[in-house]
Amino acid sequence: MTEIVRTETSLRAWLMSDRPQSRRQASLGRLYAGWRTFARNRLAIVGLAIIVALVLVAIFADALAPYSPYQGDLTRTRLLPPSAAHWLGTDDQGRDILSRIIHGSRITLLVVVLVAILAAPIGLLVGTVAGYAGGWIDAALMRVTDIFLAFPRLILALAFVAALGPGIENAVIAIALTSWPPYARIARAETLTVRRADYIAAVELMGASSWRIVFRHIMPLCLASVIVRVTLDMAGIILTAAGLGFLGLGAQPPMPEWGALISNGRLYVLDQWWVAAAPGAAIFIVSLAFNLLGDGLRDALDPKAGS
Amino acid sequence: MTALFTDRPGGRTSVRLRRFAGALGRFLGAVVLTYLGLLAVTFFIGRVIPIDPVLAIVGDRAPEHVIQRVREELGLNLPLWKQFVIYLGKVLQGDFGTSVLSSNPVMQDIRRVFPATLELATLGTVIGAGIGIPLGVWAAVRRGGIADQLVRVMALIGYSVPIFWLGLMALVVFYARLGWVGGPGRIDVVYEYTVTPWSGIMLLDTAIAGEWEAFANALSHLILPASLLGYFSMAYISRMTRSFMLNELAQEYIVTARAKGLSESRIIWRHALRNAAVPLVTVVALSYAGLLEGSVLTETVFAWPGLGLYITNSLQNADMNAVLGGTIVVGSVFIGLNLLSDLLYRTLDPRTRAR
Amino acid sequence: MSILLDVQNLKVAFPNRDGDYVEAVRGVSFALGRERLGIVGESGSGKSQTGRAILGLTAPQARVSADRLTFDGIDLLKASPAERRALRGARIGMVLQDPKYSLNPVMNVGNQIVEALQAHRKVGDREAREQALAMLAAVQIDRPARVFDLYPHEVSGGMGQRVMIAMMLIAEPDLLIADEPTSALDVTVQLQVLSILDRLVAERGMGLIFISHDLRLVSSFCDRVLVMYAGRVVEEIAAADLGAAQHAYTRGLLSCLPRLGEHRHPLPVLSRDPEWAR
Ligand SMILES: Nc1ncnc2c1ncn2[C@@H]1O[C@H](COP(=O)(O)OP(=O)(O)O)[C@@H](O)[C@H]1O
Ligand SMILES: [Mg+2]
Repeated sequence: MTEIVRTETSLRAWLMSDRPQSRRQASLGRLYAGWRTFARNRLAIVGLAIIVALVLVAIFADALAPYSPYQGDLTRTRLLPPSAAHWLGTDDQGRDILSRIIHGSRITLLVVVLVAILAAPIGLLVGTVAGYAGGWIDAALMRVTDIFLAFPRLILALAFVAALGPGIENAVIAIALTSWPPYARIARAETLTVRRADYIAAVELMGASSWRIVFRHIMPLCLASVIVRVTLDMAGIILTAAGLGFLGLGAQPPMPEWGALISNGRLYVLDQWWVAAAPGAAIFIVSLAFNLLGDGLRDALDPKAGS
Repeated sequence: MTALFTDRPGGRTSVRLRRFAGALGRFLGAVVLTYLGLLAVTFFIGRVIPIDPVLAIVGDRAPEHVIQRVREELGLNLPLWKQFVIYLGKVLQGDFGTSVLSSNPVMQDIRRVFPATLELATLGTVIGAGIGIPLGVWAAVRRGGIADQLVRVMALIGYSVPIFWLGLMALVVFYARLGWVGGPGRIDVVYEYTVTPWSGIMLLDTAIAGEWEAFANALSHLILPASLLGYFSMAYISRMTRSFMLNELAQEYIVTARAKGLSESRIIWRHALRNAAVPLVTVVALSYAGLLEGSVLTETVFAWPGLGLYITNSLQNADMNAVLGGTIVVGSVFIGLNLLSDLLYRTLDPRTRAR
Repeated sequence: MSILLDVQNLKVAFPNRDGDYVEAVRGVSFALGRERLGIVGESGSGKSQTGRAILGLTAPQARVSADRLTFDGIDLLKASPAERRALRGARIGMVLQDPKYSLNPVMNVGNQIVEALQAHRKVGDREAREQALAMLAAVQIDRPARVFDLYPHEVSGGMGQRVMIAMMLIAEPDLLIADEPTSALDVTVQLQVLSILDRLVAERGMGLIFISHDLRLVSSFCDRVLVMYAGRVVEEIAAADLGAAQHAYTRGLLSCLPRLGEHRHPLPVLSRDPEWAR
């Protein structure tokens, strides 16, 4: 027992050392310090816990869902209010709403992850190239960015989906196409601050190509702020995807996408309110979790940025 | 605006005016570029639709020469840039083509539905700014107090809750259960044809006609969706007001104002808020633009016959001319609001007038 | 000479992150008539906090205590916020350091002066404007009517500080606290502003607390000097007797003053004794 305590304290001392012996110790120490700031923020921990729970629910959806999300009993279980058998009630097809929400978590996660891995690299690339190259390349790229920023995001996504056709894949593409501009802005701002730094000049002197400098030396530095921003945007992404689903332009039936579930429940909302209430609450909780997590990350990684 | 051009003794007005005009010129240049970009995007989206516009007209069993002729009529055989120039010319004249759904020119449809959205978004912004600004000021003045907590929680909810879901739930509670407000639509059917749609803004039209019963009915329909939009606007505006006010209250000129013995309310409202108003103008304009966007979902929930509902209906019926026309109008309003907020910014902040 | 301001054992403490109070001002005592008192000390020694405590402008989270704090017989510690506000600007004025930050950027300077007057006197707008113009003339601004309409960013630092002085003197206070009034200005402008301040204080027979980190300036400008170090007064001395200063810190400050024609290498460094801060 005392052994463990001693190794624990010495590990902390090693992490908190103000004279790190290696680069790895330094970066681990920085991570640890960030984690301590983050962990002090209780709401951020709650957010993180909800998201971990969401991931687990998505992974074990088959085991967790009490009923099939697609098959209902039209004759006996149609539009039942919440009860012991169906905790959140049933929908117009007699399907268990809880089971549909549990399976819908997969779609929500998929959308969030896909949009993030599509939009973040675009923004990162545009921003770092613009910031590093400067001149007319910068001017042109930033003008394009501004044009996208000047657009109302949901309307632009709607127009894209209209052109591409409804469906979850196209919804993801449309949201990604409208999400990258803020990331480009941030990455460019970060690039501008490091571009004139001595170590970049040193790599330049060693004859590294511009692409290599951008990819190996500048992008990694911009990553942290872009990740924070993406986390803060996740709620927005979820809400946009749900909005598209609600308008019938995202996931198509019978997929249990949460926005589409609300759209379906809308027809009965005045009498069977629970059909629309539960999936909306799910969207709200998950968006809230991402917002809490994003706020916590921002405060931990960049104490200045908080307000 | 006139304040910009008042003559100050010293003969520096012409220099100031020229500098101001220069800044305005650059800004207008950026606006024009952004607008061209907007049209390029809608043009591009129009081109990539999987539906072939020729086949849509002639049907897929038409002989080859008919297809060819229609292609030429539609200008689809021209090089892309020429098509874009033609497109530009048409759009700038307000010609967005004909709606497949209504068989009217899209512009005519939009003119009909736009006032409903304008009424909704304007009342929403009035609610949002009217409550949000004082609340944000209060939150900044009493840090950690009730208002401060309220602003935090409201913002967190505002950024996390789906607006269409909140709207549905509000309908369930305030319309179906409590019966406090009118339901979906702008006005009960009985009043539908009692007033002439003079401005298209229901409250105005009924008031002008002196139909106070209809006015009350229209208001009971309007209040719930407007409050819903107002909530989101308030969440955003109060949070930004709080943060701008905190920033201003920490400035040295506030110490000066206190040292002069001014009352606390004068310091807050006349000094701090007057300075915070400079960036707040942009925030209110952005929030107004955001409500136009939010109206797409809200109008669907409340069956509100405005631009948002028009766009979604057209979308569901693959009426591309109508969708793109609506997109351009919303985009134009966005750009217009940006322009307006920049002008207001310049009039409110004497430092930018000279620069 | 009658006593205008009496400060006994003034303490100002700020809470730190753990909630413990850390004293920034640690028992300052002095009394002041209609004379010029200089307060010198290095940055962070508590000069500004002393001045602000007298005006009642200490940050709300801080704790102010004193055995006695009276102004013209009024017990400032017992005065209500409204009573203290009525004193500020009307009977005690304060000139801050940098006019670039201490003037409201979106209000023209004339109205900022008018406002200071109207906060305390029932004066009509036209009359207030006349008085403000006269005050601007009194701080040697050539074309008051023109300057009245300017915004702070349109005036130079020296003119801004003169506006600040006009604003603080327009209600004719009995005591003026000038907190490093010339530190942000160019050297040549400093002298102009100081001479204006000097003349007005003399003409109106006000008391003056002149805060500065510049010992030479203070000694040439004031009758009496308080030397502060780490929140305490370490020496109080008539300006004329500075040469005979007792305290090692004061002597250290004096020996750091460069003299013309003197060649000094290495430059002397102020040495500190932890004893002083006890
Ligand atoms: N708002 C504050 N919170 C905490 N400490 C403060 C605050 N304001 C001033 N202090 C502390 O008070 C001390 C004295 O400050 P100040 O009177 O401004 O010094 P001076 O004017 O002599 O340079 C400083 O060491 C500073 O740390
Ligand atoms: Mg100071």
